[in-house]
Amino acid sequence: MMHRLNSHAMNKPARGSLLGIEHLEDGEILGLLKLARRMNPLKARPLLRNRRIVLLFYEASTRTRSSFEVAAKSMGAMTILVQSSGSSIEKGESLLDTAYTLRAVGADAIVVRHPSAGAPLLMAQHLDIPVINAGDGMHEHPSQALLDAFTILKHKKSFKSLQIAIIGDIYHSRVARSACHLLSRFGSKVILCGPPELIPDFAATLAPGLRITRHIEEALRGTDVIMLLRVQQERLAGRKIHLQDYMARYQMTTSRLKLAKRDAIVMHPGPIIRGLELTSEVVDGPNSVIVDEVHNGVPTRMAILARALGKAR
Amino acid sequence: MAPDKSKPRSILIKGGHVIDPAAKMNAPMDVLLRDGRVAEIAAPNKIRGGADEKFDARGLIVAPGFIDLHVHLREPGQSYKETIATGTAAAAGGGFTSVCTMPNTAPVVDTAEWVTWLRQPERGAVVNVFPIAAATRSSRGAALTDFAALQRAGAVAVTDDGKPILDDDVMRTALQLGAELNLPVVQHAEDTRLTEHCSMHEGPTSFRLGLRGMPAAAEANLVDRDVTLAQQIRESRLHVAHLSTSDALKAVRRGKRAKARVTCEVTPHHFTLLDQDVGEYNTNFKMNPPLRSAADREAILVALADGTVDAIATDHAPHATHEKEVEFERAAFGITGLETALALAISKLHREHKIPLTRIVELFTAGPARVFDLRGRGSLARGNFADVTIFDPKKRWMFEAAKSRSLSHNTPFDGWQFTGKVVATIVGGGFVHRAD
Repeated sequence: MMHRLNSHAMNKPARGSLLGIEHLEDGEILGLLKLARRMNPLKARPLLRNRRIVLLFYEASTRTRSSFEVAAKSMGAMTILVQSSGSSIEKGESLLDTAYTLRAVGADAIVVRHPSAGAPLLMAQHLDIPVINAGDGMHEHPSQALLDAFTILKHKKSFKSLQIAIIGDIYHSRVARSACHLLSRFGSKVILCGPPELIPDFAATLAPGLRITRHIEEALRGTDVIMLLRVQQERLAGRKIHLQDYMARYQMTTSRLKLAKRDAIVMHPGPIIRGLELTSEVVDGPNSVIVDEVHNGVPTRMAILARALGKAR
Repeated sequence: MAPDKSKPRSILIKGGHVIDPAAKMNAPMDVLLRDGRVAEIAAPNKIRGGADEKFDARGLIVAPGFIDLHVHLREPGQSYKETIATGTAAAAGGGFTSVCTMPNTAPVVDTAEWVTWLRQPERGAVVNVFPIAAATRSSRGAALTDFAALQRAGAVAVTDDGKPILDDDVMRTALQLGAELNLPVVQHAEDTRLTEHCSMHEGPTSFRLGLRGMPAAAEANLVDRDVTLAQQIRESRLHVAHLSTSDALKAVRRGKRAKARVTCEVTPHHFTLLDQDVGEYNTNFKMNPPLRSAADREAILVALADGTVDAIATDHAPHATHEKEVEFERAAFGITGLETALALAISKLHREHKIPLTRIVELFTAGPARVFDLRGRGSLARGNFADVTIFDPKKRWMFEAAKSRSLSHNTPFDGWQFTGKVVATIVGGGFVHRAD
């Protein structure tokens, strides 16, 4: 019968690239987490001295951008920030031409955030330097999933037999996709919770063992980890969500939190909207590790950059 | 259409097996072409007298020239993607002797002048070109074009392809006007209110990739409405372009059962590939309508076999590399298809799904000829145009995009191994393609 030959002239992504969690091997994930535990931005060795790391941001970012920058600089790398406004991207330069330009300038690695799913892969397929995905459209946000895993392991012994509820706007969330790929690998029970508009039935096919519930009580009962997501109103594009109704059914409140295990942790990748997906009391409450997550972003991204540039020892 | 001064006055095609579904012929036959027409068709060795040229067709299938109801040849205005000369060369290579060109060019083919321009010999076509004109001015979906004038200039149908005719009243009026002129209205069935920012089929794969998905209902809802209109308007002719979903087929079946003049076409990529074949954002698998689910493909295979589908059409849509080597969501919709259509039909439909060759030939000949009333084509009946496609249903070969005759190489089938190859293509009694 017919069979396909390898026909595409594109190259494989350079070693050290981090494009998503889905195609990462278990060993690589565990290796990165282990390395992250050894990273300390205040006592970092200059592993990346004289290396040039481009932070190419086509989308707004506070946490991801600043923590990649701190991570790079604390290891002695030079960082170059390129944003869509104020660069040739505004003049209509294509993604690949921008990539070739940055390579020619002398970039040793590119950290890219882009509104289009698959954009980091496209760059990696045409470059000979590592490309790190700092969030691509609704696809993946691997460094966030890694720092979340890092955070969970700081509070829980292992992923095994943890119950993890991911609540909210899964459809638009690259964080949720990466988290599902990562957490379902290591024996956690992952439950997605939200309305059908934000979690279509086929979301359960994303990774093995995912379950969907429309009832927050079911998701919370006996859970160890609660990951909340913002309703991404800027990406809704025609999907109708009644916020009042959403809040009534899915908002994380202190009374709902009581359904979870006493030592459950509440996570949120940010930005948070107080009073929408969660109340202020929950944000600032004893179960919240939201600030901790941001903090853990730096060592996690140090590990990612060290691995990218071959300094992961 | 191609005035080739070197072409022989007569060709005798000897020793082949003729499949001509319109004439209910499926037997070893010799065919004599003379002065651009089919002069004689008879049992082996029964044709008397000589011919300027003899073609040895032993072991080959001799069929009426293939007709493609749906191609984008990109002229006027986008000759960096394709020209009529290069596109028709690719057509000839794929065994097509007639192609129907879509009007979504720059400018849109919405006047008789442009229809005439497309048919001028200066365009360098090597196969017959039948223009389909825009149904509305600039294909904006509002004011109808002058159907009568377009038809007089040579348009065989009207469409806003690339876009749907969404407005109920505009579609109704188009079908009414088409009914008066016996002119088919071709619909690109996509409820664009449901497909904004979408780049592939909605399902597990689009979810995994984080791409917005086009629901199957976006096609089916519009086909359903159009079939209802076609049933209401006497003598109206609706042709559903590149049908891709199971539910849209149900609507077409409903129309056909009610004896409405509803026809539809299916592309080789929709009967071959699935949404999951997009893989990791391969833009050569991005087209509109998108690759669908396994259930949709299964329904299409059934409909190809049972006669619901009238024609296989390629939706040949060439694009330059710089329009495809971009972010998936920004990449142009469409793939080339003229040179791989027969090979896919034989490899997938015939060999894998056991659809008889006679039915496959019908889908390339009698079927499409009926859809647009292309008189004197789609059959090798005596007196018809001498358009002939000769192919080897057993020949194994590999398609290489780099060797394509098309100006663009945006195909998902690069490097595929096929069974079934075009050996010769004859248009108006002259060879326009011969395999080496």
